[in-house]
Amino acid sequence: MKRTMRFLIAALLLSLASTSGADQLMMIRSGLSFPEAMMALQNAITTRGYKVTHVQNVDVGLTKTGYKTDNYKVVFYGKAEEVAQLTTKHPELIPYLPLNVAIFAERDNTILVTDRPGVLADFFPEPELKNVFMRWEKDLTEIVNEVQETR
Amino acid sequence: MHRIIALTLLVLAGSFPAQAAPDGARLYARNCAACHGENGGGGLGVPLSLPSFQATISNDYLHQTIRLGRPGRVMPTSALPDGDIAAIVRHIRSWNKTPVPKFSTTLIKGNTEHGRALYAAQCAACHGAGGEGGKGTGVTFSRPRDFQIMAPALNNPGFLAAASDSMIKKTLMNGREGTPMASFLKQGLNEKDIDDIVSFIRSFEKSPLSRHAGVLETEQAVLTVDSPYDLKTTIENVKRAAISNNFLFIREQPLSHGLVPAGQEDPRQHIIYFCNFSFLNAALLTDSRVGLFLPCRITVVEQNGKVKMMTVNPKRLSKIFNNAELNTLCDEMTRHYLAIMEEAAI
Repeated sequence: MKRTMRFLIAALLLSLASTSGADQLMMIRSGLSFPEAMMALQNAITTRGYKVTHVQNVDVGLTKTGYKTDNYKVVFYGKAEEVAQLTTKHPELIPYLPLNVAIFAERDNTILVTDRPGVLADFFPEPELKNVFMRWEKDLTEIVNEVQETR
Repeated sequence: MHRIIALTLLVLAGSFPAQAAPDGARLYARNCAACHGENGGGGLGVPLSLPSFQATISNDYLHQTIRLGRPGRVMPTSALPDGDIAAIVRHIRSWNKTPVPKFSTTLIKGNTEHGRALYAAQCAACHGAGGEGGKGTGVTFSRPRDFQIMAPALNNPGFLAAASDSMIKKTLMNGREGTPMASFLKQGLNEKDIDDIVSFIRSFEKSPLSRHAGVLETEQAVLTVDSPYDLKTTIENVKRAAISNNFLFIREQPLSHGLVPAGQEDPRQHIIYFCNFSFLNAALLTDSRVGLFLPCRITVVEQNGKVKMMTVNPKRLSKIFNNAELNTLCDEMTRHYLAIMEEAAI
């Protein structure tokens, strides 16, 4: 009976694993220090034709208000024409634009985290958006991989 | 002749793109290192390289844990092929020479009621009264933290499916040096007591799914409220409503700010950024990965003469983090967003 229970739980979890698309966050650790990783991230973004629109200093706001934190920033980026077209045709995407990557220090390393653009396909199932999300996913994968491989 | 055939086969084997063995180190770096550390030293996840950890877990446990994850406890499920997972497991094992334990899958029969009492006295302080685990899941070293290791959630369906009774028993008997987990034999319990605790832990399988393993269910990815006012008035109303809901106004900018030259931004799409630093600090203390939400923002949009306020739905996004500890905060943030937008529309 107990074995059956374990088997059923494992089967249920396995079915969830295959249908939920597993890890929905893209998260990597870079061996670079925070400033180096930040530079590598911005370089990787711009070399793929995106523009960094803003860097939000989450850490500065927190420390100014008396909370302790290590370096923590959010990098916003996008492509002007693409954003203009998408927000006109698909205004429901507006709250998710510009795209962003959170970047924070983890001792001597740096962590990058963002949601997989493919996840947006679950949120916005219009078929014509699928290619956009796939392209973003490809670009973002290249971006985070580049940062991870930068030594 | 045989030599020629063998040589030919060898040359042919080298000339075809062989099915390369999965690179465990690379797969680990891509999929695990962010949380568990480049060399398994831990961080957001447990320190996998710890010899006492490796001495009390089987390869099957690692494999199943990677595959099934820990619902609601950050560790995601994985859709990687079995061969890739096996390569990751080999890589994890390469960090030390500890012999790989193998455990029987035979269930241990103990006195569950006695185990319940022992659990309450010996385990609940760290693992939670109902096996829900230690708090602070999702916290990395970017934030102040007390312990390197969070007590695992023993009632988690992922853990219960991955861990055999014998494996749990060994951990209870030996403890894990370098972690707060002590050997129960050294604490004065006997093997029968430990069997009873194992039996009690196994009984979590019959309990309803813990809220600590649950995710918020909502379909809406976007929160939208129509405004009866023009764009400019709505922007001012949002700023005022954010402040009256205990948020600090940070800045306002067109959505296309930074994308196009100054002065050429689309004036019909404005983002208002605001923050409640106390709330933000609480969110980061719960899970450092919540940067996706930051800073809090509402976009005011004018389209076809109509003005609306839009933002992400944190309840919907909470699912991405697989962290049940975030659920309350995400629920609360969704309510804050709606309260601000509704107030701005009055």
